[in-house]
Amino acid sequence: MSNKQSTFINMVVTLFVITIVAGMSLGFVNEITLEPKAKAKLAKKVNGLKQVLPAFDNNPVDELKLIKSEKAKDSVEMYPAFSEGEFVGAAVIGSSEKGFSGLVKIMVGFKPNGEIQNIVVLEQKETPGLGTKMKDDKYIQQYRDKNPSEFDLKATKDGGKIDALTGATITTRAFSEAAQMAYEEFIKYKEELSKPKN
Amino acid sequence: MAETIDQKQNFLKGIVKDNPVFVMLLGMCPTLGVTSSAFNGLGMAVATMFVLLMSNIVVSLIKKQIPSKVRIPAFIIIIASFVTIVEMVLEAFIPFLYEQLGIFIPLIVVNCLILGRAEAFASKNNLWSSILDALGMGVGFIIALTALGAAREILGSGSIFDFKFVGEDANTFILFILPPGAFIALAYLTYIFNRLTTKTAK
Amino acid sequence: MDYILILISAVFVNNIVLAQFLGICPFFGVSNKVSTSVGMSGAVLFVMTIATLATYLLHQYVLVPAGLDYLRTITFILVIASLVQMVEIMLKKVSPPLYQALGVFLPLITTNCAVLGVAILALGLENVSLLKAVFFAISHSAGFALALIIFASLREHLELADLPKGMKGVPINLLVAGLLSLAFLGFTGLV
Repeated sequence: MSNKQSTFINMVVTLFVITIVAGMSLGFVNEITLEPKAKAKLAKKVNGLKQVLPAFDNNPVDELKLIKSEKAKDSVEMYPAFSEGEFVGAAVIGSSEKGFSGLVKIMVGFKPNGEIQNIVVLEQKETPGLGTKMKDDKYIQQYRDKNPSEFDLKATKDGGKIDALTGATITTRAFSEAAQMAYEEFIKYKEELSKPKN
Repeated sequence: MAETIDQKQNFLKGIVKDNPVFVMLLGMCPTLGVTSSAFNGLGMAVATMFVLLMSNIVVSLIKKQIPSKVRIPAFIIIIASFVTIVEMVLEAFIPFLYEQLGIFIPLIVVNCLILGRAEAFASKNNLWSSILDALGMGVGFIIALTALGAAREILGSGSIFDFKFVGEDANTFILFILPPGAFIALAYLTYIFNRLTTKTAK
Repeated sequence: MDYILILISAVFVNNIVLAQFLGICPFFGVSNKVSTSVGMSGAVLFVMTIATLATYLLHQYVLVPAGLDYLRTITFILVIASLVQMVEIMLKKVSPPLYQALGVFLPLITTNCAVLGVAILALGLENVSLLKAVFFAISHSAGFALALIIFASLREHLELADLPKGMKGVPINLLVAGLLSLAFLGFTGLV
């Protein structure tokens, strides 16, 4: 089995060629996966909307309101929902960078009176098996039908009413912070959101 | 000239005799890290097998073109490229699995199993043998990870492949889906594997 | 304040080996003796810190501005591999005794998932800065060292234990690692 000689020029050329081929292949795959990736993200959002909001018949994605807020890096996304012309609630995307591994992004569905309908996790990179349990029904159940104006969303060890995730207090705090932020933005813009688009 | 290899043995060795997880102790990080459920274990192992297969193929094809001194960096570039492809494809088409596996996807690149096979086998054997080697090792890896994932999921969540077979409020051995459980479950699985294989060897 | 949280979290609560399963290969590989464990820990501290520094800068000032984030995995591992080579060469010249102590572990560190893992994890820190990323890396290498050295001392005792046949070697090591991980689980209440 005769390999190429390990001369300097051979080594450099070989590595160079391999790198170029690799780079081009990756660039190519990146191109063809960009759109499906975006589609998957959008599908996830639409799916999330269906899960966190009460029944609606409009298209919240079309009526997206982007609000600039000091609390979020990008603007805060708010999706109003209507059923037969009536305002039935809105989904707000809350986020916190304070997760153990960074960004925790959740979609919180609010009823018009401010109660939480449901929460869906959009993005997180928490420790598998520990922080990722924020997606479990058992955990989210704690937030449903609670009104943050009376129900303190903080973790119990911070004086609030949420039972933290086992071994993932940092994750819990980030989650609650994101939910609280979503609530505050919702209350601020509720008036505007409840106006139908026409 | 390639010696005549018993291809059947070549394939089978990865499953029992040289099982990457139970015998060779390669690829331990993902083995412990993503097996909190059978589906995750299976998904991770399949992704790893894909990279192993592609890398073995490419390395075996161009082995004569790679000067000996730069073979490790060359292997790394090849392996890292396939890992990146897997990353991108998963994020685009199976986002659920992509999120579950998290940081362990890019870590496939340092899975000693893949670099190990490239160095020990694919760089010295022909294409067909390398393919079978990858498939055998891959299957062994899949069996190990799925078994571990299933064991941990059954004991820790009362479900298998997300199919719950205990009541809503049943008390399960949560320990098994937490980190210590990974070590402990693998310890006993390896023990069972050892007992089974030494029995058949006799 | 953030820094203390990072330190405690990295060393005890989210220990890179016992809770996040990164760095398992060297963890089982060199922990048969306490002395080799100390050597490995030193090498890891060195490489992990410099690697995170380099990859953070690369990510911040090259990959992100050029929109090449998908090349992260491949560039990071190449940076780590080259760094290890350079460190080896430098150590030989600059400090032969240190090279004697750490030298043999350095090539093993290239494929240490902990190094690549920490480099990637550092990017996700809140309000991440170079200083924070580097501190994160140092904290995790301390956590690695702690886990490794404790485990090595346990293993030295295990050598003398009387075990059932199939348990010797890998299974009992895993079991003990599991118990150690269980002990560390108790720290989760800290943060």
